[in-house]
Order: sequence, then C-alpha cells, then structure tokens
Amino acid sequence: MAGTQTAYSRKDHERAERLRYFGDVALVIVGIVVVWQILHMLAGDVAISSPLATAIRAGELLGSASFWPHAAETAKALVYALIIALLIGIGVGTWLGAHKLSGAVAEPILVALYSLPKITLYPLILLVFGLGIEAKIAFGAIHGVIPVTIFTMNAVKNINRVFLRSARVMKLTAMQTATRILLPATMPEIVSGLRVGFSLTLLGVVIGELFSSHRGMGFLVMRAIGLHDVSTMMAVTLILAVAAVAISSILLYIDNRLHRRV
Amino acid sequence: MSHEVHARLEGVTRVYPAVAGNPPVHALGPIDLDLRKGEFFSIVGPSGCGKSTCMDVLAGLAAPTEGNVWFEDKRVHGNVPDGIGAVFQEDASFPWLTVEDNAAFGLRRAGVDAAEIRRRVDYALGFVGLKDFAKAYPAQLSGGMRQRVCIARTLVLQPRLILLDEPFGALDAQTRLLMGDELLKLWRETGATVLLITHALDEAAMLSDRIGAMSARPGRFLETVETGWSRDRDSRMLEGETFGHITGRLWQMLRSESQRAMGHEGGVA
Repeated sequence: MAGTQTAYSRKDHERAERLRYFGDVALVIVGIVVVWQILHMLAGDVAISSPLATAIRAGELLGSASFWPHAAETAKALVYALIIALLIGIGVGTWLGAHKLSGAVAEPILVALYSLPKITLYPLILLVFGLGIEAKIAFGAIHGVIPVTIFTMNAVKNINRVFLRSARVMKLTAMQTATRILLPATMPEIVSGLRVGFSLTLLGVVIGELFSSHRGMGFLVMRAIGLHDVSTMMAVTLILAVAAVAISSILLYIDNRLHRRV
Repeated sequence: MSHEVHARLEGVTRVYPAVAGNPPVHALGPIDLDLRKGEFFSIVGPSGCGKSTCMDVLAGLAAPTEGNVWFEDKRVHGNVPDGIGAVFQEDASFPWLTVEDNAAFGLRRAGVDAAEIRRRVDYALGFVGLKDFAKAYPAQLSGGMRQRVCIARTLVLQPRLILLDEPFGALDAQTRLLMGDELLKLWRETGATVLLITHALDEAAMLSDRIGAMSARPGRFLETVETGWSRDRDSRMLEGETFGHITGRLWQMLRSESQRAMGHEGGVA
C-alpha cells in the first residue's frame, strides 16, 4: 500500500515537473517573440521582419518545391560531417584517453584548436576540397570533431577502473572490452560531446554555405541578403533554428537519460 | 573440509615500480599461503598492508615480482585462470545494464545458451534477493543491493574460487552482518573456496575457517588463526564467547601493526 502510494506520488511529481518544464519553455518562446516584435517595431521591416511575417514566409518556403533541395543539401552535408566528426572523435578520443602520455600532450593542443576561429581555415579547405559539398562537409566536421574528441578522451580517461578489472576477471577479449565495457561506459559523455559537436558542425556547414556555395540553407540566406529580402532571410534562419533546437532537444533528452543511469 | 590445496602462493612478493619520481613501493611479501579446497579464508591487516595486492596476484590481475602462484596445479602469472570469480570493494555493477543483464553479462560473453543463462540468472537473483528488481538499473538500487548484483554476476559463472575484496566495506554494520549470512549460505551451497579480504576483524572472525593476519606494509603473514567453526554457522555466533576470543586475539596481533601503518613506530604501551 505504502509502495503504491510512493509510486503514485512519484508519478505525480514527475508529471508536475514535466508540466513546469514545458511551461518554462513556453515562457521563453513567448519572451523571444515579444522581444523580436519590439525590435521589429523599433527597426522596421527594412531591418527585421515581424514574427508573424517571418512565420508566414517560413510556411511559404516549406510549401514550395524549390526549398527542399536546399534543405536536403544542408542536411546531407550535416549528416556526413557529423558521421566523420563522430568516427574520428571517438577513435582519436579513445586512443588519447587510454594512452596517458598522448592524452597529456594532445589535450592543450586540442583546447587551443577548439578556441581557434576556424573560419581562418576556410580558404585552405576550399583550396583542398573545391567549391562542392565536400568543402562544407570538411568544414562542418572540423567544427564538430574537437568537442567529440575532448569529451571521449575525458570519458575514457576517467572510466571506472573496476569495470576494466571486472572485464579481465570475466576474461573479455580486447575487442569485447572495447565494445561491451568501454563504449557503453563512455556513451553518456560521447553523447554530451555529440550534442556540443552537433551545434558546431551545423554552424560549420552553414558558414561553408554562406561563403562559397550555390545550394543549401546558407546559400538561401546569402541570396536573400543580396536581394535585400529580409523576410526570406529571417524565415530561413527561423527554420534552421527550429530544426537545430529540435535535434538538440532530442540529444539533450538522450543525454539526460544516459546520465541518469550513472 | 578437505586439506587438498586449491591455490598456493609461494614466496610471492609484489613491488610497484617507481612512478613520476616516487621510489618503488614494496607492497607485499614474501608470503606463502595454501588455500585449502572448500575453505573460507580471510585476510585481515592494517590499511595499505597489501591485502588487495595479494588478491590481485592470486586472481592473475597482477603478476608477482617474485615467487609463484598456483591455482588447481596450474601456474597463474598475470592472467585470470578459468574458475576464479572476484567481487571488488568498489561498485562494479554496469550502470547501463539492468540487474538481470548485469548478472547474465559473463555468461553471454562465454556463449552459454539462452535457456541456461535464464536458469542460472533466475537462481542467482533469487539467491541474492533481487528477483523483484531484475528489470531495475543499478542507479535505482542501494549500495548493498548493487554489491549483491556483483555477487550474482560472479555466482552465475559458478567459480570454484571466489575472491572478495572488502565487498561490504561501504555498508552499515547491520547490513554487513546480514550480507555475511548470505555469503556463508552461498559458500555452503556452492562448495567453492572463498578468500575474503577485509579490515573488519569481527567479519573475518564470523565468516572464516581460517584467518591470516597480515603485518603493515610490506604485508607478510604474522599468524594464521583457525576458528574451528562448524560449516553450518551464521551471524548469531557473535553472541558466543569464542567469537570474542578470536577477535581479541586478532586485535592483539594487529594493534601494533596498525599503529605502525599509521606512522606511530614503536607502538603505544
């Protein structure tokens, strides 16, 4: 009986927590829209389109057939860049975390590279990869790989040693230890790295499209700027922001769930 | 209990090499130890005396610097032989797996068929009293329950030698006594040889057939105490007079060693 009551009160508590969370989110959204509307009223249509006009234009874009190839191009570049960032980041991060000396040497270098404005590397990327999607993928991956590497390295470095001792007692092979112990034990930190890496990779891909591309969401923004089409410019930005927040929220949800188990 | 030797340490020493300017540490030995088949043997000693190192060497988790280790007449040298299971002081339950998946982990690795895994896991979880928590994650359990998950994970592998490194160190006194009863039940039912590392003299006195008292670092056996308990024993023996004599004798041996370990050379009168 007491157990049932506890279960109910925990459920009620969780429901109340969830309601409060969504209430807070709604409040933030309303706050942003209000500030946006005020800025629009101060600056006028020539600088900032109103929230309503932007939403209408975003709806028009989403309904037009010509928009989707650009969205697909950005999504494709983002997915490829994320996969590259993840593969390199997890591989290098695992090695640096497992090998003390390499980790100690690489960590300050990685932190320095993390704070380097990567836009300075873009001319080099263009020289190497040309003007196609490859340059955007490479530029996106460069942004995402460092946080994934740093998070993975720290996760491997700080892994609970008793897990590895247990693996030895249970006679796991090196491959089994890597896939069944190391990977799941470090997964919460890797997902945290992926969450940070995702935002930066998207930033890298869109920056790549802003400067040297004929397709993609970044290109749409640049073309709208060239035509002084403020509502289109802001509508594309809004669509990008909503997509980024949605994906980030999913990653945050997974991240929280994984961390709750630790 | 037979006097057949199940595992043997012969002149074993363990010296940790110098690290980052610190001198090498002579942690253990030389020690000799014969573990008899089916006995419950405990090692007690002051903090840092090399008890856990002794267990690591016996388990094959660390190679001895000198000497030989034998398990079932085969030499152990930095590799864990079949038939040895270990439970550590730290919580080693895998947080990403449910209780039942934790218990089944080693069996799945060994390629045991699903029906047999189910049978052994059910038995082990029933034995450690976690059947109702089979679908729970370790984060949802108390420290004692998590340690029981680790015991179940070891139990399903049916080890012939179970090594326990202060498995109840983090638990309160009452829970430790109850866990001790569970451990004795496990020992009786499996017939395995058990080596328990502990700093708790009462725990060692209650659980063991023999107790090896270890000196301050580098750990050497000062004396081995035979308790003379029957195999069918439990925590109620704490009320008996013999129990007090055994713990008293252990403390007599270890008092000056513990003071030495704390840096009070020469001891206190």
